[in-house]
Amino acid sequence: MLDPYTIRKDFPILKRKINNHVLTYFDNAATSQKPIQVIGAMRDYYEHHNANVHRAVHTLSQEASELYEESHREVSKFINANGIEEVVFVRGTTEAINLVAYAWGLRALNKDDEVIVSLMEHHSNIIPWEIMSRLRGFRIRYVEVNADGTLNYKCFEELISKKTRIVCLSHVSNVTGIVNDVKRVSRLAHEHDALILVDGAQSVPHMQVDVKDLDADFMAFSGHKMLGPTGIGVLYGKKEILEKMEPFQGGGEMIREVSFDSRRKRCSITWNVLPWKFEAGTPNVGGAVGLMRAVEYLKDIGMIKVKSHEQMLTKYALNRMGDCCRSLEVYGTKDTSLKCGIIPFGLAGLSSHDIALYLDYYGIMIRSGFHCAQPLHELLKLNSSARASFYVYNTREEIDRFVEVLRELEEP
Amino acid sequence: MVSLDDYVARVEGTCGKEKDVIVFFRYEKKDEVVKKILERSVLKKSIAGIIFELAFKDHSFRLYSSGKSIFRGFENKEELNSLLSQLLL
Repeated sequence: MLDPYTIRKDFPILKRKINNHVLTYFDNAATSQKPIQVIGAMRDYYEHHNANVHRAVHTLSQEASELYEESHREVSKFINANGIEEVVFVRGTTEAINLVAYAWGLRALNKDDEVIVSLMEHHSNIIPWEIMSRLRGFRIRYVEVNADGTLNYKCFEELISKKTRIVCLSHVSNVTGIVNDVKRVSRLAHEHDALILVDGAQSVPHMQVDVKDLDADFMAFSGHKMLGPTGIGVLYGKKEILEKMEPFQGGGEMIREVSFDSRRKRCSITWNVLPWKFEAGTPNVGGAVGLMRAVEYLKDIGMIKVKSHEQMLTKYALNRMGDCCRSLEVYGTKDTSLKCGIIPFGLAGLSSHDIALYLDYYGIMIRSGFHCAQPLHELLKLNSSARASFYVYNTREEIDRFVEVLRELEEP
Repeated sequence: MVSLDDYVARVEGTCGKEKDVIVFFRYEKKDEVVKKILERSVLKKSIAGIIFELAFKDHSFRLYSSGKSIFRGFENKEELNSLLSQLLL
């Protein structure tokens, strides 16, 4: 088992007090806290190695380039990709999905095509496809969600057809924590010659993810949700698909050659090799260094241990919440074998913001609202929800405190 | 001269169907703000001395002793600022 008490020593922020109460951080699905190893790696980079990467001859640039490429390699190994050609660094999950929508969808999708999106998606896996649909005229087919928050696979099977070009699905719901059977869906998509884009924002930080085993064509995730810094994220793509795609953004770094053809009065351009073809401009090198250290930190713990710790906490929290709070309702399935460490809930007569602000008074940080998944809330007939989400540094004692405060709140 | 900016750090719309607006009062002024608002409005309900359900003129709102407040049903920023001015200035 993982030892959260030892891990907590690496996270300076957990020593903070809010309103004279020790900080309890249960908003990990929004962003995670950072260990001293990640903070230190970024500080070391800026103090000793900072330079712009690639195509410079000086020592610092060589060091920065090596660190930047090493970070791609570490991430590639972490998700079992085939190498750095399949790992594109972006700002985060949102940019990764937009990259696919614009660089692939803008050219590949036409009026008679269909894109399948589930209704449990975060807005970042809905809006880029809605924008693209308005530009290209294709139809989006939305997959229903069952009353317990699980994906309606039957609806999926009914909607998929030869018209389907891509299926867009989150691996883990950011509202309910439900883990979708991505392998089943990718098999179905490929049987219909469609691609599958997996939003891994809530899975890659919390479980062992193998892109080959899932047979994902694209997978998007963010560094800041996995102990890394903000502003760095990843688009994984199968090499043969990325190679056929045109670039997303133009500028430096993404081109190999630009020469002015004086006869034709225009520039002829050769794109750079993968993954740089999709990384226009000066990249977030410091962020990449932090992400690499975060990946190493998680690998040192072991992703199997990370997952089982969070499942243990979820099970414990669900039991304690059920035992202690009469008017508390947990939304979605309570079957922890289907879930990651995310619990959406409400208390009778109180808005999610009331709950969050009350807990905040005691230094307990949770999220309230739609969590950027309004369609799912509408489907589950919820005005909003309170959400507690756990990570490697959370403990059972923190859950006890959380439940005590909830009980106090429901006792007028 | 004292203005709302001396008390209000940030105003943010929440997400959720309720379309609430959260007012974050300046941390160093929070005790003064809570005292003033409690004095000037009518207390409808208190939960554990941390959440106060209050009424002021035609508006109901919630004040938290951590120095935050939730308002609902305001058409625009000016209307909210006018209410806050009456409560604080």
